[in-house]
Amino acid sequence: MRNLSILLVGLAALIALPHALSFSQQEILVFLVINVLLVTSYRLLTLTGEWSLGHVVIMGVGAYASALYTKELGIYVPVSMILGAVTAALLAVLLSFPLFRMKGFYFLIGSFAAGEIIRLIWKRFREPFGGVRGISGIDPMPDFSIGIYQFDFFEPVSYYYFAGAIVIASLWVLWRIEKSPVGLTFHAVHWQDKLAQASGVNLRAYRTLAFAIASGFAGLAGALQGHYVGTVNPNSFDIEVMVFVLTWAIVGGTQTFYGPILGCIVLTVLNEIVLREMGLEQARPLIYGAIMILSILFLPNGLESLVQKATRRKPVAKPEEKAAT
Amino acid sequence: MTDFLEVRNLTMRFGGLTAVDALSFKVDHGTIHGLIGPNGAGKTTTFNMISGFYTPTEGQILLRGEDISGLKMHEVARRGVVRTFQHSTLFAELTVLENALVGTHMPFRPNIFAAILGWDKEDRRGAEARAREALDFFGLSHLIEERAGDLSHGHQRALGMAVAYASHPDVILLDEPFTGMNPEETKHMMGLMRRLKEDGITILLVEHDMQAIMGLCDRITCMSFGKFLAEGGPQEIRNHPAVIEAYLGGARHVA
Ligand SMILES: Nc1ncnc2c1ncn2[C@@H]1O[C@H](COP(=O)(O)OP(=O)(O)OP(=O)(O)O)[C@@H](O)[C@H]1O
Ligand SMILES: [Mg+2]
Repeated sequence: MRNLSILLVGLAALIALPHALSFSQQEILVFLVINVLLVTSYRLLTLTGEWSLGHVVIMGVGAYASALYTKELGIYVPVSMILGAVTAALLAVLLSFPLFRMKGFYFLIGSFAAGEIIRLIWKRFREPFGGVRGISGIDPMPDFSIGIYQFDFFEPVSYYYFAGAIVIASLWVLWRIEKSPVGLTFHAVHWQDKLAQASGVNLRAYRTLAFAIASGFAGLAGALQGHYVGTVNPNSFDIEVMVFVLTWAIVGGTQTFYGPILGCIVLTVLNEIVLREMGLEQARPLIYGAIMILSILFLPNGLESLVQKATRRKPVAKPEEKAAT
Repeated sequence: MTDFLEVRNLTMRFGGLTAVDALSFKVDHGTIHGLIGPNGAGKTTTFNMISGFYTPTEGQILLRGEDISGLKMHEVARRGVVRTFQHSTLFAELTVLENALVGTHMPFRPNIFAAILGWDKEDRRGAEARAREALDFFGLSHLIEERAGDLSHGHQRALGMAVAYASHPDVILLDEPFTGMNPEETKHMMGLMRRLKEDGITILLVEHDMQAIMGLCDRITCMSFGKFLAEGGPQEIRNHPAVIEAYLGGARHVA
């Protein structure tokens, strides 16, 4: 009962939120919602212990694929978004063959290389990817009405509601996976792969599963972004964006489901409100780097550890390992 | 009773070192079989080959007549051969119950779609019941919520066995299960192993505690410097001159 009322209040707050913001802040809110999905999907991959540098490129795969499906095949936008997500997941399965020969640091580098190859392909082939300039004039989400609310997708508020609903549904799925025996197996693969395997766990299959699911949801985030912005190009998915995702995850902490979300929200607010106001936008990568280093030094368990301290009586001491890679 | 588990000509070379050298022996179904030998004799390496952790350089491992050498560890596990590790290898960050739940992976295979939709309640309940049963068997019920890494050495060894037992194995390979246990715990654990055997589980046991080995095993294979040395019942092995010599440090001459 209590949980339900908290949920309803939270939902009401999320619905009311954009109306308290300016137009440009509403636009930022849309990106924030999409980035929450991106960083949460990234966390699912980190559950198995692998940190990828290709996640943002995989997001781009979803964006490109969905854009092309609508443009070339005339597929209805919401359907093409799902197909974009599926494309990203399938590509991850393909990539898993070379990538899962590597672990840890080598996987990190391998995933970076794979991402760069994909970006090169986008740049090199003007047909169908549009070369360096990418694809523009991507179909927007068509307007529709659900009776009580008229979705007009030129309004960021409408897109925020639409993307928000999809992201909440996606988070719910990711949450269910993590709290299931499948999620436990991901943890097992991470902490002690030998013992997991001796218990009959097919390591390769579970690593691939986590990679494919994470990539699928990243692809969905990409598709949501592409149809909102109207253009995609190779540079919107470069390593700089990946560094932002890593920073969100590390600053927020990856031990809990909400850690990376917290990191994403806090840093976005910091970035868009504080930095923009102060005119320090250009220095964003520098400042993000500084924040990442400071948080590794002074808050190694992330923002989530502060929340845990505040809400729990029993101290939970789970060392945040690998955060530095 | 045909040959249940047979090791034939098993050889493992690490570069120039031959850790296991043309080893052959048979394990009968439903017995406790000891594998002994001085430090560095190649016992763990033999376990690693049987369980699929290493691919043998040469030789075969036959389970019910099927050659399982070179299979991956999870494929061997799915054929009913489950192992524990010499050094307490556990999911240290997970709770005791979660450790045991991973052990139920084979009898209750997770299904992602059912998990998302909540259609796997039966399975989850079954898995938890089995995990609790295994923990109960090894006397760990009172520690269910503890972090595995925080347990005492003896409890960690017991948990390692509980994880293996939770999967309903046919064969358990135990690598030095009694290290870190006091005599009391060792005695208790020996009792549990006899009960496992009564349940029809075959146990292959590596152990340095000779009293435990002699008290438990139906048959014992002794190896030294990777080579087969002797095999027999506890009485024979105890009095076997080659074995005595190997253990008294004259192993070099024997090999
Ligand atoms: N991965 C490896 N690479 C190289 N040499 C190895 C490897 N594993 C084991 N060895 C060597 O093989 C020999 C046998 O080792 P093994 O661990 O099987 O002995 P053991 O009988 O289990 O000894 P202990 O009673 O001390 O556990 C040793 O000389 C060891 O150094
Ligand atoms: Mg050993």
